[in-house]
Amino acid sequence: MNHQDIAAVRGIIRSNRRWDLFFAAAGFVALLLGVLAFVTLFGQMVLNGWERLNPDFFMSFPSRRAANAGILSAWVGSLLVMLVTAVSAVPLGVAAGVYLEEYAPKNLVTDIIEINVTNLAGVPSIVYGLLALGVFVYAFGFGQSILTAGLTLGLLILPVIIVATRESLRAIPVHVREGAYGCGATQWQVVRDHLVPYSTPGIMTGVIIGLSRAIGETAPIITIGALTFIAFLPASPISDTAPFINFQWLTSGFTVMPIQMFNWTSRPEEAFQQNAAAAGFILVFMTLMMNGLAIWLRYRLRKSISW
Amino acid sequence: MSSTPATAVSDRLSRKLSRNVRERAIELVLFLAASVSVLTTLGIIWILLVESYHFFEHVPLWDFLTDTMWTPLFSEPRYGILPLLLGTVTTSLVALAVAVPLGTVIAIFISEFASPRVREVVKPFLELLGGVPTIVYGYFALTVVSPVLQYFFPSLPGFSMLAAGLVMGIAIVPYISSLSEDAMRAVPMSLREGAYAMGSTRFQTAVRVVLPAAISGVLSAYILGISRAVGETMIVAVAAGMQPNFTMNPAEPAQTISAYIVQVAMGDLPHGSIGYQSIFAAGLSLMVLTLFFNVVGHLIRRRYREAY
Repeated sequence: MNHQDIAAVRGIIRSNRRWDLFFAAAGFVALLLGVLAFVTLFGQMVLNGWERLNPDFFMSFPSRRAANAGILSAWVGSLLVMLVTAVSAVPLGVAAGVYLEEYAPKNLVTDIIEINVTNLAGVPSIVYGLLALGVFVYAFGFGQSILTAGLTLGLLILPVIIVATRESLRAIPVHVREGAYGCGATQWQVVRDHLVPYSTPGIMTGVIIGLSRAIGETAPIITIGALTFIAFLPASPISDTAPFINFQWLTSGFTVMPIQMFNWTSRPEEAFQQNAAAAGFILVFMTLMMNGLAIWLRYRLRKSISW
Repeated sequence: MSSTPATAVSDRLSRKLSRNVRERAIELVLFLAASVSVLTTLGIIWILLVESYHFFEHVPLWDFLTDTMWTPLFSEPRYGILPLLLGTVTTSLVALAVAVPLGTVIAIFISEFASPRVREVVKPFLELLGGVPTIVYGYFALTVVSPVLQYFFPSLPGFSMLAAGLVMGIAIVPYISSLSEDAMRAVPMSLREGAYAMGSTRFQTAVRVVLPAAISGVLSAYILGISRAVGETMIVAVAAGMQPNFTMNPAEPAQTISAYIVQVAMGDLPHGSIGYQSIFAAGLSLMVLTLFFNVVGHLIRRRYREAY
């Protein structure tokens, strides 16, 4: 190889290395853009909504005067809707996940269910709203109630819980099952006493991620026709006379955090934008906390379990 | 065994029988739980088809597909889906123009360039970004991105598909980057080692070996991004304006299919009226659109799947 060739090869190497560096920089910039977007989003809401973040804001009903308006009915509504969502979606999702992973025979029906779960995850959330409007509100006659909203969001997050359950069941080694069967356990005993308890942290992660998605969902709840001006609380789920629990609240009208925020966002007055910022801050804070908890759970899980 | 009383044997048998019955009953319950998801799909298809059928009794399908005006709430209503469809397509294109390059670059960076420690921090952060409610992104588009864009382009209106689309793109980046990254991680190490042994740089390995090997996964990530963009509702409802507009110019306000559903649902339309039925026809169009992309994604995955 003569001198010129070596110089040319070195030139090629140099240019390739430059590309390397250039791309690493591009990747870094892309990431920074993401961080920047998030920081502006969060920072703007904090700056704009800071004045409104006081105890009164949490303890007041919405009002025509922005300075008096609060999110009492919104956060109570969100809490109750999430309760219905969790109670409906968690047992269903875990049961479906257990069936598909542990019981289902390899046949056409199982294939259909599996393809269906995958496809449901890709259905736009507003279509769930239409389903709920047609079926829950009118066909079943549940009305525009907490029950309807909770069930709708339950269906929406069902695929998330099913997938999380299946993944954590799959991570349990086969010898756990074989050991239990070897001692004479039935399939249900294996599932109840071993598989479900061992996969609980993984399932919890999925449940939390699903609920954090549900709590921020706006479109399906608007679609079922939830009112936006609610200046009352649903009947309390706990009463002081026997049987101490009542279900009147299930049929009550309601509003939730994201709808309250949407309502304020769509008003032109600056003062209502402040309320929207404060509500948005609380909403993002809640979803971040829930997601953070899920990430932490998964991290713990990866560290602590070795089969 | 001859010394065992006969009753004891039948007792054990009957216990075994009841145990079997219980096991099968539990299996049935679990199966019913799993079939709820199929019922959901059937419910969606049924309700969309039934209400749309009533809608198309009043509105000819041909008008629906070709009319360029969507004014269902006017005294002389026109029902052409095209303006809404163009709104959906335009905002989705703007979003993809942001999300596809950003998401791909981030995915390659995390998978091929970043150290494990950086990855440990960045992946959860992206997940957090993906968990932010879309109404918050809508607020962000309206109060931050629109004014910033107007500062650079003073002629831009306060509501525009550009602002909504840009923010929608940011909202989709986490989906695309995390799915693409999973696909690239799944490429076997031996391929990378081969490339490095031939003297490739990281960039060459990433773009000429890993990306082509993972292309089916990356493409399905894009397809998922598209169906997210098409179905996205709150960002466009807040920031893109609420008038149907027969245009593909992103600098103009417009309404998307999903935003129309929200607008009608916010009002108080009586059950069974044509306005009520029109949101189901709009929802059906949305479903057909996302179904189309899902099928395309499925075909792409089959066509380009590499097995190792």
